[in-house]
Amino acid sequence: MRNQQATQLLFELSKSGRRAARFPTADVPDRPLTDLIPAAQLAKSLPPLPEVTEPDVIRHFVNLSTLNMSVDTHFYPLGSCTMKYNPKRHERLAGLPGLVDLHPYQTPAASQGMLQFLYEMQQMLAEIAGLPGVSMQPAAGAQGELTALLVAAQYFRDRGEHRTKVIFPNSAHGTNPASAAIAGFECVQLNQSEGGYVSLPELQSQLNDQTAVFMITNPSTLGLFERRIQTIAKMVHDVGGLVYIDGANMNAILGITRPGDFGGDMMHYNVHKTFTGPHGAGGPGSGPIAVRDFLADYLPGPIVTRTQQPDGTAVYGLATPSKTIGRVRTFFGNVGILLRGYCYLKTLGAEGVKAVSDNAVLNANYLLQKLKHVLPVPQGERCMHEFVASAQKLKTEKGISAMDIAKRLLDYGFHAPTVYFPLVVPEALMMEPTETESKETLDAFAAAIEQIVTEDPERLHEAPFTGPASRPDDLKAGRNPILKWTAKV
Amino acid sequence: MSYLFNTPEQQQEMLRVCGVDSIEKLFSDQVPADLRLNRLLEMPPALSELELEAELTALAHKNGGASTRTCFLGGGAYDHFIPAAVDTIATRSEFYTAYTPYQAEASQGTLQAFFEYQTLICELTGMDVSNASLYEGGTSVTEAVSMALRSLHNRRRVVVLGSMHPEYREILVTHLQHLNCELVTIPTPAGTADVSKVKAALNDQTACLVVQQPNFFGCLESAAELMAAAKDAGALGIISFDPLSLGLLQRPGDYGADIAVAEGQSLGTPLQYGGPYLGILTCREALMRKMPGRLIGQTTDRLGKRCFVLNLQAREQHIKRDKATSNICTNQGLLALRATVYMSLLGPQGLREVSELACRKAHYAAEQLAQVAGLELMFAQPFFKEFTVRCKGGVEPILKRAAAAGFDIGPELSRFTWSDGETMSAGLLVAVTEKRTRADIDRLAQALAKSR
Repeated sequence: MRNQQATQLLFELSKSGRRAARFPTADVPDRPLTDLIPAAQLAKSLPPLPEVTEPDVIRHFVNLSTLNMSVDTHFYPLGSCTMKYNPKRHERLAGLPGLVDLHPYQTPAASQGMLQFLYEMQQMLAEIAGLPGVSMQPAAGAQGELTALLVAAQYFRDRGEHRTKVIFPNSAHGTNPASAAIAGFECVQLNQSEGGYVSLPELQSQLNDQTAVFMITNPSTLGLFERRIQTIAKMVHDVGGLVYIDGANMNAILGITRPGDFGGDMMHYNVHKTFTGPHGAGGPGSGPIAVRDFLADYLPGPIVTRTQQPDGTAVYGLATPSKTIGRVRTFFGNVGILLRGYCYLKTLGAEGVKAVSDNAVLNANYLLQKLKHVLPVPQGERCMHEFVASAQKLKTEKGISAMDIAKRLLDYGFHAPTVYFPLVVPEALMMEPTETESKETLDAFAAAIEQIVTEDPERLHEAPFTGPASRPDDLKAGRNPILKWTAKV
Repeated sequence: MSYLFNTPEQQQEMLRVCGVDSIEKLFSDQVPADLRLNRLLEMPPALSELELEAELTALAHKNGGASTRTCFLGGGAYDHFIPAAVDTIATRSEFYTAYTPYQAEASQGTLQAFFEYQTLICELTGMDVSNASLYEGGTSVTEAVSMALRSLHNRRRVVVLGSMHPEYREILVTHLQHLNCELVTIPTPAGTADVSKVKAALNDQTACLVVQQPNFFGCLESAAELMAAAKDAGALGIISFDPLSLGLLQRPGDYGADIAVAEGQSLGTPLQYGGPYLGILTCREALMRKMPGRLIGQTTDRLGKRCFVLNLQAREQHIKRDKATSNICTNQGLLALRATVYMSLLGPQGLREVSELACRKAHYAAEQLAQVAGLELMFAQPFFKEFTVRCKGGVEPILKRAAAAGFDIGPELSRFTWSDGETMSAGLLVAVTEKRTRADIDRLAQALAKSR
């Protein structure tokens, strides 16, 4: 079943004179274009886009889609990414006229339904965080981090404090240091750990009156809940710093514990992870932030407001906080993703939300127990919603690497876990099953790994054998980058 | 209903394997008791799908969407036509429920589609390299400026025109205020920049000049002269363009832009109250390794077969951490896919038709509205699909009359902060896409002409 049309490029299908979309002829008086646009501004020729028919386009992209693994087709335990099921009702509802076709500059009076949903979403995000101030501007988690750090910078500047340093553990996502650098801070990385937890003496040694923010992912990228988070927060607060909670792993603690209750001053959500806005082949995400009351005036606007009318009805509007850091993106935010998250939370209710974390943590712990005899988990017996196994022993004894296991899993019909992250675990395989998988699937996945580690290591280095490609040459791609198709001359 | 699978019996079995008797024990082993939320979250009650759809439908009905009203709104988001085939592909769940293509072998569909996106964007713009997308048009300008500051790291002056989208400028201010940079804004009282004044503002400290084409008022800047002026000053020339103008106008690559960015919403993405949209970023080859965001590259696999991978990742945060070219991690993959399908469907001829229709209809609309008593064109400049009218009796009555007749126009310039607020307060944008008919335009003009 070799389908040439999936592997040919669109440009190779092009034939001069073919067409798909056609538009009506102009119904306004015909005038020479040079009467409208100065001749010097007019293009001399048309952009050389491919010329294909609509059936060409459909067959091409439908065939391409079949070359992907996805949540709807495969178990996708990509750690730290929360690849849970994306309910289909969300797609239909986000496409309702009045929501999908609403212009961002429509007047508030003609956007009351939109603003009501956004207001209720703000409220739910504040409640789940235990932090009252919410801005839904950020387009993704990384932008949420940057936004919160800019809020912190402005807060300290207002207080006349010159604080220049952002501290984070070495297990942090790369976005943490990258965001801190872009916000103008110096980065301080903690390199020690106590069994995967923050080393308090090391943290203490780095805290001083230069400390602006301590960033921590809790639960951590190792799948551990930082038990001493309150003590850590107190240490940071004692030197006048702020605590930032990277909310990438919120799927473990919904309704269980709240960042605001364990000492966090600021946090971001990843709506596309925790609240199942689909991942969209890489995005769009949505990264709202929640902050303590004394930081709320610094948030980027617009924020949705609600005013109770004398007759009891509510009117929703848009406002910008008084000491705002300014906009971080155009318009309101990634509303389409927020809308899907809203549908999700409205479907679950408080008990359903807690059941998400209950079952995410149960599934992860069960999988950990099923795999630990094949793939040791250096950080121990228990985990939250994910865990990091290590293929170090297999690598030493048999020459089987984390990458070999990841690639061979594809042949068994499973997407690979996240590999080689976090950097602190050698030969890391980071597994996050999520709550939307069955025991049967987890059993089959564990059985596949048990099988793989008995296979011929030499053969494993060449896996996968069944997909559309096998072991692409990354070095070649980097040495001589080919980033677009060019016509052969 | 949490989309859960495991039956109570299975849960018990799994707990037994974990060596505990309850899920609660899994948490109490890890989360200290005094940090636990010992109550349910305060949230609205759970709804069935039927109830949820009824609620959302009721909310949707309270909004004036572009499909029920007649939309002449612009200002960076436009009511363009989206062919059905775009939705057919973008709703393939093999695409929309996949994530970042870290495992190339499991993601060739996504990787090839983004490689095609990069190619199409290069063909559209005449630029050498495109990344696989950024958040949206406004942050793309900031990313372009950051690229310029990284490329010419001894130069700390950034020059922008007053005619740039005020939100794009505000985003730039938010990001530059904590860095050691000088942001200079050249006023554009005539609707476009005076090239000699821009030249005078460019010096040997200038890292870049940013020009929006067509600009926020809809007017066409002397983009080629401005890019040449930037080059003469040793600075990088950055263009923020409208993708659908390029069926008619010169491409950024044709007139020497170093970096060209855009809001790509008009390429097949619905309005959805401002996002998610599509950030386009392209540049000359020499700047390739300074780019933010994901890049897809072609290579061969173990068996010598052509395939695609994430390329030049050493620029990115997951490798370079605080030394990365940007903190960006997600891209706008699904919107890039929409744009890819949209551009494939249009081809060169379709692109030309959309550009020309929007341009011709906008000019017809400008003529009709200029004849309405109390309205006049604010700027005597050539424009593409959007123009600014001055409402001599104030903007409010005009907006009211339009709204009452089922039309939405704007945004009004008074929404934004301007150095010359008083003059701007009477200004109103009008955008015309290929979807508007002559009859729509005539009716709008009639509605606005009615006496109060």
